[in-house]
Amino acid sequence: MFALPLFWPCLTLALLVMLNAVVNPAFLAIAWRDGHLYGNLIDILNRAAPLALVAAGMTLVIAARGLDISVGAVVAIAAATGALCVSSTGSLGLAIASALGAALLCGLWNGLLVVAVGMQPIIATLILMVAGRGIAQLITNGQIITIYYAPYDFIGNGFLLGLPFAAVLAVAVIVLLHALLTATPLGLFIRAIGINPLAARIAGVRARPITLCLYGFCGLMAGLAGLIISSNVKSADANNAGTLLELDAILAVTLGGTALTGGRFSLAGTAIGALIIQTLTSTIYSLGVPPEVNLVFKAALIFVVMLLQSAEFRASMRALAMRPADPEKGIPPA
Amino acid sequence: MNNSFNTSGFALPGFDRRLVPLTATLVLFFAMVAFGAAAYDGFFAPQVFLNLAIDNAFLLIAAIGMTFVILTGGIDLSVGSVLALTTMAAAALVEHAHWSPWLAMPLLLAGGAAFGALQGFLIHRYRLQPFIVTLAGMFVARGLCYLIDTESIPVRDPVFVALAELRIPLGSSSLSSGAAVAILTVVVALWLAHATRFGRTVYAIGGNARSAALMGLPVGATLVRVYAMSGFCAALAGLTMTVYMLSGYSLHAVGLELDAIAAVVIGGTLLTGGVGYVAGTVVGVLILGVIQTLVIFNGTLSSWWTRIVVGILLFLFCVAQRLIEGGAKKSHEVHR
Repeated sequence: MFALPLFWPCLTLALLVMLNAVVNPAFLAIAWRDGHLYGNLIDILNRAAPLALVAAGMTLVIAARGLDISVGAVVAIAAATGALCVSSTGSLGLAIASALGAALLCGLWNGLLVVAVGMQPIIATLILMVAGRGIAQLITNGQIITIYYAPYDFIGNGFLLGLPFAAVLAVAVIVLLHALLTATPLGLFIRAIGINPLAARIAGVRARPITLCLYGFCGLMAGLAGLIISSNVKSADANNAGTLLELDAILAVTLGGTALTGGRFSLAGTAIGALIIQTLTSTIYSLGVPPEVNLVFKAALIFVVMLLQSAEFRASMRALAMRPADPEKGIPPA
Repeated sequence: MNNSFNTSGFALPGFDRRLVPLTATLVLFFAMVAFGAAAYDGFFAPQVFLNLAIDNAFLLIAAIGMTFVILTGGIDLSVGSVLALTTMAAAALVEHAHWSPWLAMPLLLAGGAAFGALQGFLIHRYRLQPFIVTLAGMFVARGLCYLIDTESIPVRDPVFVALAELRIPLGSSSLSSGAAVAILTVVVALWLAHATRFGRTVYAIGGNARSAALMGLPVGATLVRVYAMSGFCAALAGLTMTVYMLSGYSLHAVGLELDAIAAVVIGGTLLTGGVGYVAGTVVGVLILGVIQTLVIFNGTLSSWWTRIVVGILLFLFCVAQRLIEGGAKKSHEVHR
């Protein structure tokens, strides 16, 4: 059971939820109010949705030995585009299309830099990370665009079948993605690229187009998250929409058991990772600790997960555990 | 990794290929200055250039530390947060705990170095990726800032105020204490990079860490020292900023690590490690400063244009780097 890939993420999440339930007995309560479900757990689901979407895109990029640190900036660009479009044309469809289109372009740009120019992923996406917020401010002309349009509001605050629409959307996207990866050889190809890009290409995997698509998809997910975030707060803030989201997304991916070195990935793990991060945030609020301290907890989580993933660390821990062994047992039978 | 940098096969005999990015950077810098001088009255004044050093002193110091890290093929994302933590800790120690600044400052510098050394140890000992270790370091440092205080702490200590008001006359213009510290850092860094065993080991590790280890070079110790140096530089930059702003604030220097990396790359240092110059980083920082100055002199451009132009420059230099690398390393696939 300990060897199951999802065991540790699930255990972490369960422990966090239990801690919350002990501190605040009302934490687990779910009520039906105003025609939809209401409660802390539902709130966590709703707030984790944008992160889960971005992290899902990031999972695939990381699985193919890439990295996208521009997602926070892409969220800002998509939010700015969507908000500008909805406030100038009043058309929801156009707003969604333009926001997702802009985000997709950003992702493809990253992908082109990696695939065609051959830059290191962290540097290729750094360019958009640096320039992205400037572009978002250019779109909003330095203003925070507020959105007063009920249909747009639905994306981030609406409810479908009693559940938050954003959460339903995130679950649907992740389930569809999972189906796509398992029903087609795509998942296998991504693993192959992640384990050895050169070998994958020689074996006939079209590594370059696939990698390009993965970056495009990651951008698209960031765009979707941008729509949800801007709709949730009814405004698009080029400076603050999605700040540090790239770090949270990488953390969610790592927590879910995806190897940062590529090749091994788990979408379900990533979704659980996103839930862990959001639950941690809620826990910190409910414990009355200043919310900013959250960063230290997240860092501690990163350190633990990354050390556990390190073969060298496990080896030295094993050596440490073996050393105080009984000297008599240590002598091999003659 | 960079054994493709032999001079053979390059069109200009006697001209080292490694100097191409640095030359491009210098040409760009002079072109921008020439443009500024032609377009705006009062741009080509000594004080405008000294202000570049004064206003970018902390960025320059942090970028110098970053240069050494990138030369080894690593990256340090924690510098901005360490810088902010230093401003916070300095302000809290001096203003709230009433420590002597002369005690607080060395302690904070040592703290920055220790923070970096710990990151370097984790990276070397457990073969963790530099970006994720320093990312976690970034969270830790920024979180510790908030633990000290979420509000800005003004600094009224006479020593800090005196340092802030200090002006070193240079002809008709003057230099601040922070700029002087930055220039001193550059001199020490130039000596370290080009005249010491440490510097040669850094270049060797960036060239090929495995070969360096096989040659008997102290790879582990040098890596720890490089990250310690980056932490030290970040703390020094933090003290400079405390003097410059006369406050400690947890939101100081958000995203400074990106500017520092951009300055290093624009300065012609290859991100794969092994090739680059401290002097290039200085020019890189100056270019970032000139962009800002041009945007200010223009008056109609909004501040976000700075970021966009920096992004475009970063893009151009990265593409140029790939072209220079070209040849031998052509078919390398997606790799980190």
